[in-house]
Amino acid sequence: MEILVCARRVPDTSENEITLNSTTNDIEREELVYSVNESDNYAVEEALQIVDRTGGSVTVVTVGSEEDEEILRREMAMGASHGILLSDPAFTGSDGRGIASILKAFVAQGHYDLILTGVQADDGAAQVGGMLAAMLDYPFASLVNSIEVLDGKTLKVSREIEGGNKEISEIDLPCVLSIQTGINEPRYVGMRGIRAVASLTIPTYGASDLGVDASVVGKAGARVQRVDYYVPALGKTAEMLSGSREENIDRLVELVAAKGGLQ
Amino acid sequence: MESGQTVSQMSSWLESGYGVFLVIHFAGLACFGYIVWRRLVPLLRAQSDSRFDHPLARLGNVVRYWFGQWKHPRYKTAGVLHILIFIGFILLVIRSFSTLLVGVSSNVLSPGFPGTAAHTYGVITDYAATIVFLCMLVAITRRVIFRPARYAVPARYGKAHTADAIFLLGLIAVLMAADGLFSAAVAAGQVRAGFSQDLAALSLPWLLQSALASVSVGTLGKVCFGAYLLHEITFYFLLCYRPFGIQFHVETSLFNVYFAKLDRGTLKPVRYGVSDERLDQVKSFGVKTFEDFTWKHMLDFYSCADCGRCSDNCPANAVGRPLSPRFLSIKARDYAFRHYPMFGKAGNGTPLMGSVYSEDEIWSCTTCGACEQECPLLVEYIDKVIDLRRGMIDDGNVPQSLQKPLKALESRGNPYGKLEKKRADWTNAKDFQQTCKVRTLDKNGASTLYFVDSITSYDDRMQSIARSTARILDNLHENFGILGSAERDSGHEVRRFGEETLFMDLRARNVDAIMASGVKKIVTADPHAFNALKRDYRDVPPVEHVSQLLARAVDAGEIKFHPAGNATDVYTYHDPCYLGRHNQIYDAPRQVLDAIPGLKRVEMQRSRDRSFCCGGGGLMLFYEPKEEQRMGVKRVQMAAEAGANVIVTACPFCMVNIEDAIKVAGLEGKMTAIDLTELVDRQMIRPISTATATSGTLEVERGDSSLCTTSTRHF
Amino acid sequence: MTPRIFVYVGHKNGIADDCAVELLAAAKTISPITRPTAVVAGCGPEFDRVCESLRSSYAEVWKLAHDNLAYPNAELIRKALLKVLPSNNIVLVPHDHFGIDLAPGLSIKLNAAFVSDVVQLEGVEGSALNAVRQEFGGQVSTHVRCDLASGAVVTVRPGAFKPADNMLVSGSVIDKSGELGTLTSARRYLQTLVAEAGDVDITKHNVLISIGRGIQDKDNVGIAQELADVLGAAVSCSRPVVDAKWLEKSRQVGSSGKTVKPKVYLACGISGAFQHLAGIKGNPFIVAINKNPKAPIFQVADVGIVDDILEFLPELTNKIREMQSVTAK
Repeated sequence: MEILVCARRVPDTSENEITLNSTTNDIEREELVYSVNESDNYAVEEALQIVDRTGGSVTVVTVGSEEDEEILRREMAMGASHGILLSDPAFTGSDGRGIASILKAFVAQGHYDLILTGVQADDGAAQVGGMLAAMLDYPFASLVNSIEVLDGKTLKVSREIEGGNKEISEIDLPCVLSIQTGINEPRYVGMRGIRAVASLTIPTYGASDLGVDASVVGKAGARVQRVDYYVPALGKTAEMLSGSREENIDRLVELVAAKGGLQ
Repeated sequence: MESGQTVSQMSSWLESGYGVFLVIHFAGLACFGYIVWRRLVPLLRAQSDSRFDHPLARLGNVVRYWFGQWKHPRYKTAGVLHILIFIGFILLVIRSFSTLLVGVSSNVLSPGFPGTAAHTYGVITDYAATIVFLCMLVAITRRVIFRPARYAVPARYGKAHTADAIFLLGLIAVLMAADGLFSAAVAAGQVRAGFSQDLAALSLPWLLQSALASVSVGTLGKVCFGAYLLHEITFYFLLCYRPFGIQFHVETSLFNVYFAKLDRGTLKPVRYGVSDERLDQVKSFGVKTFEDFTWKHMLDFYSCADCGRCSDNCPANAVGRPLSPRFLSIKARDYAFRHYPMFGKAGNGTPLMGSVYSEDEIWSCTTCGACEQECPLLVEYIDKVIDLRRGMIDDGNVPQSLQKPLKALESRGNPYGKLEKKRADWTNAKDFQQTCKVRTLDKNGASTLYFVDSITSYDDRMQSIARSTARILDNLHENFGILGSAERDSGHEVRRFGEETLFMDLRARNVDAIMASGVKKIVTADPHAFNALKRDYRDVPPVEHVSQLLARAVDAGEIKFHPAGNATDVYTYHDPCYLGRHNQIYDAPRQVLDAIPGLKRVEMQRSRDRSFCCGGGGLMLFYEPKEEQRMGVKRVQMAAEAGANVIVTACPFCMVNIEDAIKVAGLEGKMTAIDLTELVDRQMIRPISTATATSGTLEVERGDSSLCTTSTRHF
Repeated sequence: MTPRIFVYVGHKNGIADDCAVELLAAAKTISPITRPTAVVAGCGPEFDRVCESLRSSYAEVWKLAHDNLAYPNAELIRKALLKVLPSNNIVLVPHDHFGIDLAPGLSIKLNAAFVSDVVQLEGVEGSALNAVRQEFGGQVSTHVRCDLASGAVVTVRPGAFKPADNMLVSGSVIDKSGELGTLTSARRYLQTLVAEAGDVDITKHNVLISIGRGIQDKDNVGIAQELADVLGAAVSCSRPVVDAKWLEKSRQVGSSGKTVKPKVYLACGISGAFQHLAGIKGNPFIVAINKNPKAPIFQVADVGIVDDILEFLPELTNKIREMQSVTAK
């Protein structure tokens, strides 16, 4: 099975403090460490486990610039056979639809049985996977937490819905799935593995290679644009108890009793 | 020993068997030779090891640990038993050979001992054989009736080894008895021929000889022949059977001790003979198949005597983690025996992880070194565990709980993922800053570097150790500074968890920063950082632990202490593994504690090189082990048993584990823990010139004041 | 000219989801005068009841009944919607597991712009819709402008909009089922596996002691259990606690866990990520105890205490025990 995983390089929320840069209307990017988006990493691990069973290979693709190559290398150190960078000045400032269009143009040039993305990235939009599927006219399923290959043409997938329940469906290939964290336990990628792929050449394709419609990409083509980042003034907040621990406990017990919390 | 006259009598009894005896000699030796050769085959396929250097030091080890049986008395009963058996065997060597040769031809005389020497030797060895025989009976009794816990085999490792042990012990007893009977028969024949016998009084041969007193000469001849045959068969049977079990240590122990690791505390390189720069050419890191072990490690597996002392002292084993060092050896040895059989195809390179060893088994080890400290044969464990971890890391097979801190170490240089620029934030604590300014070093800023390392820099509670250490250094007029945001994690546990490449990266960054600072020496309050800088790092200035610096200051009278405040407090010192066992620094911290007037100190039963690991440091804090209890809880209970209510330690990881354990054990309010630096900081008398206290009150800064049961000192 | 606003309404067991009235309020924020149209898909008598019930909130309720829509398969429903929805309008969808499945593809097929997980809407300005989203797990907010020239699909965070005070209307149900024709998809629903019921059903308790990452270790869970025992409460948790395997999944409160409606909710060592808060309904009395004074939970709690739960909870337990032994005498 030929599997394509669409990945993205994002600031790692667990190793960064996200603060605002007042001058640029952006977040403070100077000391951020970046890594591959968490659910994309789960998607690559899932793809690797699938091809372990079915044969085939895993390709990881990202839309960005040279600095995004590092996540392709990392996923290749993990076991992906190919890493592809889609890069062009014309792509800068694309919105989600623009990114999906670029990816669609790439997919159309090759043949992939299965396309995986993570559920969402740092912006929490959770959109590219669904958009890509619609552009390709492939069936789509989001929040996938389990994949079973039934045969060369069909998968059985489980989606994470409310209450910890699982929605089980059959889906025909080729299809697009967005993968939820926790679907598997990604293997460790050590520094040694990363060093080993450090000098591999990453094929890069631009707008003309892909034949992307210019009107949907880039800032000009973005229908949704971020105006700024800000931290909203705190609205109504909790009544903070600020006495000694003993005093706080007494007051808390009072309040909870008043609300019927003590039996 | 037979006098010349009786040689002929004995020879006549044995004559008829010369042919058979000779055949048995050859067969036995040939068999043994073949078996040894087959046992060597995997060693020939193994990785190389560097064990031929420093012959004098190695011989020294042989004298001390092999001849001297140095480690044996750590378990008194078994130790004494084994020393007796060992001495007996050594003494009996010549006697054994001469007995064997006697059956070859009548022309073979006893070895050229002059008369009295031969007689003395005979007496000594008569008693030696008797003592060995009795020891065998005692040993069998211990196995059957007393059953020391450390010999037991947990169900998951298979059936008990008792039957096999008793079989071998019994055979040695038979060997002694056969030899004794042979000598007795010869001596009885002497007496019958009118000569006096010269067996040692009340020895086994002597007793047997008196039992034969009324036996006819003809029967004596048969007894002699039979005893001789029994002796020879038993001797060669044992010789050939030993390499199939734990008794192989009889042959291999000398070599195992000679080739033992000289530089304890260091780790073996990924591949001997491959420098760090050329490591990327190595295809596979670590041990994945049996053949990835070095020949010395394989020799270790052969040499394990199944005594169980390692596992008996292993803290992971004590708390129910799936690790028992003894069985790391036994299982590997069994694997070797299975895959390198006496006949047939040798080896097949199956992965060890998942078949011989489980992953949790290997991740459970805290590298405390208790096992290596105990082993009388100097079997090594830590290098093997680390090599197995290297293999798992190489295959990407790492528990999820460890992946996050490893990733954080890669991107941020600390396992918490905190920003580099916040590494020196501990120096900015308000009260602290007013009394002590800590410099971040740039070129040639100071002569001493205080290497803080990650946990002490970032952990709210452990920062108190950093501040105490800084105040101590300040008070002792050390011209010191810190690396601040240029400092990275020392990488000590990164390396010991098998991530060699990440470790080398951290080390390179640290070495650059250290050299750029121009310092002449390094001091640290973290034994893991201390061990890393001392053993894992090269080309850095000499490093010492703050306890060593303090002990020197105490000796030189440079530091004086206020009397201990609370008269009812009883202190005990917990030896951190990487300060104590791995670096043999036991006395310096104790010296410092004893310099505090009025401080009552007791020793836990397990102290110094028998100290019980708190649970481990570095990445071990992130690993989620399967265990029945925490190591720290056991340790805290040991402190309570010793009558202490304050545990002093000299390691931030020990502090984390012990403070946590105090809560889990339900001893809050009854037991507290304090770091050596915090205690010294609290008790040391500050010179007037650096007094910053207003009107004489100096509150001691503790990470968590609610845990402090001892009074803060006001002055 | 403000476009029409369509609101997709989900339902379960004959009852419309809470989002129906929340998204109605959201629609009003976009354009107070426009009367939104509810669009509902399903089949059967329970579904009919849902459509009827929506008449009191929505002026128009478009009913899409089809046998294949008995289970809400987003792939099929998207096809159904495409058959009836006019383009160049605004479609509101809740940002839940269904909306995530449906909406992005819907926006492409409608050739509409797409904005997801909005927490605030600031109305139409010219031909653009202004909205507020969050990024980086809620650590920062952003203003976004969405070009409405070809319409927009907007997913709305559940709970972000308070239902408007009863603005009862007398709407009508318009049956659009005839326009659906055949509906098939390359994704076929098979079944739903219900999560294993644990030993404790947290949805049935009035008082919940909920723990988060701040509990730090599996061994500390007992601290919360002791407090729960003296209060006759149950211990629940946020997702990280389940991921770390310190508690079973059945104890998880949140969008991918259980929805609870207690009277009192103690959030101990929980930061307050919206996925967790999404599982708390019914406006309980929320007490937040957290070491970090900046934790987002303090924005939604009624009472907040900055303290270490590992120390605070045992003392709270002791205090309550004391009180109970006094009253027992």
